[in-house]
Amino acid sequence: MREVTAGQITDLVAKLYQDANFFLPDEVTTAFEDALTREQSPLGREVLASLIENAGIAASDRVPLCQDTGMAVVFAAVGQEVAITGGSLREAVDIGIDRAFREGYLRASIVAHPCFERDNTGDNTPAVLHVELVAGDRVNITVLPKGAGSENAGRIAMLKPGDGAAGLADFVVETVDMNGARACPPLFLGIGVGGTMDQAALLSKQALLRPAGAAGADAGLAELEQEILERVNDLGIGPGGYGGTVTCLGVTIESYPCHISSLPVAVNIQCHAARQAGGVL
Amino acid sequence: MTAVTLTPPLTAADVLGLRAGDRVLVSGTIYTARDAAHQRLAALVEQGEELPVDLDGQVIYYTGPTPPSPGRATGAAGPTTSARMDRFTPTILSLGVRAVMGKGERGEDVAAALHDCSAVYLAALGGAGALLARRIISTEMVAYPELGTEAIFRLQVSDFPAIVAMDSHGGDIFREGRARYG
Repeated sequence: MREVTAGQITDLVAKLYQDANFFLPDEVTTAFEDALTREQSPLGREVLASLIENAGIAASDRVPLCQDTGMAVVFAAVGQEVAITGGSLREAVDIGIDRAFREGYLRASIVAHPCFERDNTGDNTPAVLHVELVAGDRVNITVLPKGAGSENAGRIAMLKPGDGAAGLADFVVETVDMNGARACPPLFLGIGVGGTMDQAALLSKQALLRPAGAAGADAGLAELEQEILERVNDLGIGPGGYGGTVTCLGVTIESYPCHISSLPVAVNIQCHAARQAGGVL
Repeated sequence: MTAVTLTPPLTAADVLGLRAGDRVLVSGTIYTARDAAHQRLAALVEQGEELPVDLDGQVIYYTGPTPPSPGRATGAAGPTTSARMDRFTPTILSLGVRAVMGKGERGEDVAAALHDCSAVYLAALGGAGALLARRIISTEMVAYPELGTEAIFRLQVSDFPAIVAMDSHGGDIFREGRARYG
């Protein structure tokens, strides 16, 4: 059985989490540049130009793109022919986040108890860790630093099957209408549909991992993504929320079979600092 | 559009001429405070106790910066979502604060308090933490060090860019901008 040490996982997570906070993915910068050609509001275009400049400064100064360096969401796809040695996966990931926080001068944004004392854990741990056991002998890790401004803007609904795709689209547009201007637009929307309540929420986060502009597998869903994109842009929220024609840069939907009586829909809003980084061991 | 320069401490006259959509550049001293600091300041006001800093005429910036790496004045320091501070804002403005700065839409109580207290709400660009950090010359801890990033810091800024999001006459860039393009 192929061995991967906990230390290797820690090293990779520490590197990825810093990279994600300093280097905006190229496809996101490209989406800003494309939006500059479409945005009709002069102030909106200024905002987009500033975001491109911000990405350049973050990379050259090695200063985080945004001061909210996120709660660490970590996806680990672990091959079932791999043995992780020298420690647990959970510990390896959290030690990696702690190291990224210290080495990268990232912000400690996590409180130990959500309801009561809300004391800061001081090292930005624990991560939210999603593990999937997959075929093969590799460990594939993706990190997604998630800021609270956009995370707080998301919603979930248990729709009726009769609500259908139209009900899904209405719910997503309504969510952006309510919360979009304070979630740092232009936005990316990750949508999870189907499964159970928890599964839909996880799918909505996974949907954010698909690069902006990359088409999904299902032609019907691709059409729905396009329809939602157009309707959200018609809201007029615009870059920074100051009004404009570009409110959303990408919509991605992931789906799963569901119960005959259910239609769960989750929408996870991602701000324009759509940070992620991945690597394989 | 030409930007108006704001150099705190500000008077009512300094902000009453501003209108939603105006560009401003803030230079000089500003103070940070976000959720936890607002909660503490509001509690002190309610109990009639002295505040750790005199806020008369000052600008409050809703931010929780990342720690500075060696040799830098600050880490990333963009605005946080202002709406979470709405419940405390009328109290904070009653102290003579002339401008609060953050990101995103705010409620009607804030609009009313801006009017009553002759103050403005400025929007800095959310998610531009690296770009805005270059406009911060120095940071100094003023109160509540135990709150970490949520402590109150005194910042020296130079040409810190913002937009008048809500003026003291009911103007609101989020509402008006959206009506124009929606």
